[in-house]
Amino acid sequence: MKLIIAIIRLERLDPVQHELQSILNEGDNYRLTIRPVEGHGRQHGEVEYVRGQPVRARMVQRVEITVGLNDRYVEPAIEAIVRGARSGTAGEVGDGKIFVVPLEQCVRIRTGERGEAAI
Amino acid sequence: MDPTSAQAIDSGSTAWMLASAAFVLLMVPGLALFYAGMVRRKNIIATMLYSYGAMALIGVQWMLFGYALAFGRSVNGVIGWDPALLGLHGIEPGKLFGDKAIPELVFVMFQGKFAIITPALISGAVAERMRFSTFLMFCFLWATFIYCPLAHWVWAPGGWLFERGVLDFAGGTVVHISSGFSALVLALLVGRRLDYQPGSGGAVLPHNLPMTLLGAGLLWFGWFGFNAGSAVAVESPVAGATAGLAFATTQTAAAAGGLVWMLIEWWHHGKPTSLGMASGVVAGLVAVTPAAGHVTPLSALLIGGVTALACYLAVQLKARFGYDDALDAFGVHGVGGLVGALATGLFCFAPVAGALVGGGWGQFGKQALGAGAGIAFAMTGTLLIGLALKATMGLRVTAEQEREGLDLSLHGERGYHSELI
Repeated sequence: MKLIIAIIRLERLDPVQHELQSILNEGDNYRLTIRPVEGHGRQHGEVEYVRGQPVRARMVQRVEITVGLNDRYVEPAIEAIVRGARSGTAGEVGDGKIFVVPLEQCVRIRTGERGEAAI
Repeated sequence: MDPTSAQAIDSGSTAWMLASAAFVLLMVPGLALFYAGMVRRKNIIATMLYSYGAMALIGVQWMLFGYALAFGRSVNGVIGWDPALLGLHGIEPGKLFGDKAIPELVFVMFQGKFAIITPALISGAVAERMRFSTFLMFCFLWATFIYCPLAHWVWAPGGWLFERGVLDFAGGTVVHISSGFSALVLALLVGRRLDYQPGSGGAVLPHNLPMTLLGAGLLWFGWFGFNAGSAVAVESPVAGATAGLAFATTQTAAAAGGLVWMLIEWWHHGKPTSLGMASGVVAGLVAVTPAAGHVTPLSALLIGGVTALACYLAVQLKARFGYDDALDAFGVHGVGGLVGALATGLFCFAPVAGALVGGGWGQFGKQALGAGAGIAFAMTGTLLIGLALKATMGLRVTAEQEREGLDLSLHGERGYHSELI
């Protein structure tokens, strides 16, 4: 099992959800957690104007997606997120990152199921 | 209650003055919201409490002795005094104010709201780093030693500027010049916020602009009481035609100010901003304050628009000079008040004609005298009070408190907790 943590642009959330749904939804629903995050990579924040004075925000705003996956779904999910989150065909600085980390355990609270069945 | 004087009360004027007093009080929460939206999340409570603190503290000061100092019998034109006014104990409910057809208590309350909002305006310059305790003490001393005398000079019969014919309809000098120029002095004494870097434009972004817009809307609304309510002070015995004129000029200047600031910024940076429009509205309102019942609506249009331009330029200068007038109390109220006070001498048609409407330059000279006296008195007084407080209580919070945020470090509260619970 793997945990995918992807940081993407706010406006790419819908396309990414759409792509993930197309590969992960097998009759019941697929599972996803999102949260707003701030930070910076090569890019810094946008320039805003405060009473005519330009001020650059220190952090950019992004959305972070977390998905727990069984191993065979990991590659398709990575490709789906890349398809959905990339700006244009070539992509742009600031499109985000995907981190994949091993997932020790997964428990469905309602039933107590563990492991791959609980994902 | 004395039935004969009660009969002389004009019900229309009295009703409007009661409403106006409440309007002006509503400007204080409006100002608190206007300022609070422009600071960072960690300082919202502290920023609002500067204004609410003035509401409570000066509300007491005014009834105990502030009113007596401002509107008691004139002592050589420089200060008022009347023991019967202390604690308002000598004012019978049926007693009328001077030659006006309204109860004196209504006038006391109306004027008291002006005394509250004026020091609250100053807080914008020192937001996010001034100690709350010191600010309260500053408010008390400033209201007593600067505001009350100045209100007496300009508005009270016998006041030396009043007797010279200086026009200040609703407080261009008494409220806006005094608070704006004092704000500049206090901002210099307190020093820059740690995170404010002049030149790069600073690194402090507003945390909630919708809050600022709501505050600006409440200010605009309350300003109708501020200006049109002031008609009773200049029109005897009732407030009628002049109140209507002041209402119309207030609306006109506010709209023109908002429009002009928005267009300037649109042209300058390519985008019309909400903060710009709100700032322009306030600049227009500030400028028309001394002129409201003395100029035509068309003149008010010009005054509001020109002042928005002047204030926009003044705010840009801040980065060049490097002082941290955090929320532009000087840039908007000081500069806007000065432009308005002078413009009154150019455009007034009643009770005298200004320089641009067929009169001579006499009234303009009087306006310059009033503004100059207000600036000199406010800046000197604020410098003395500020230096005294710096030496005794200290003006600033510690660097650690400033980084943590004033809300938690000074008030033990946060404005915002988790978004989920």
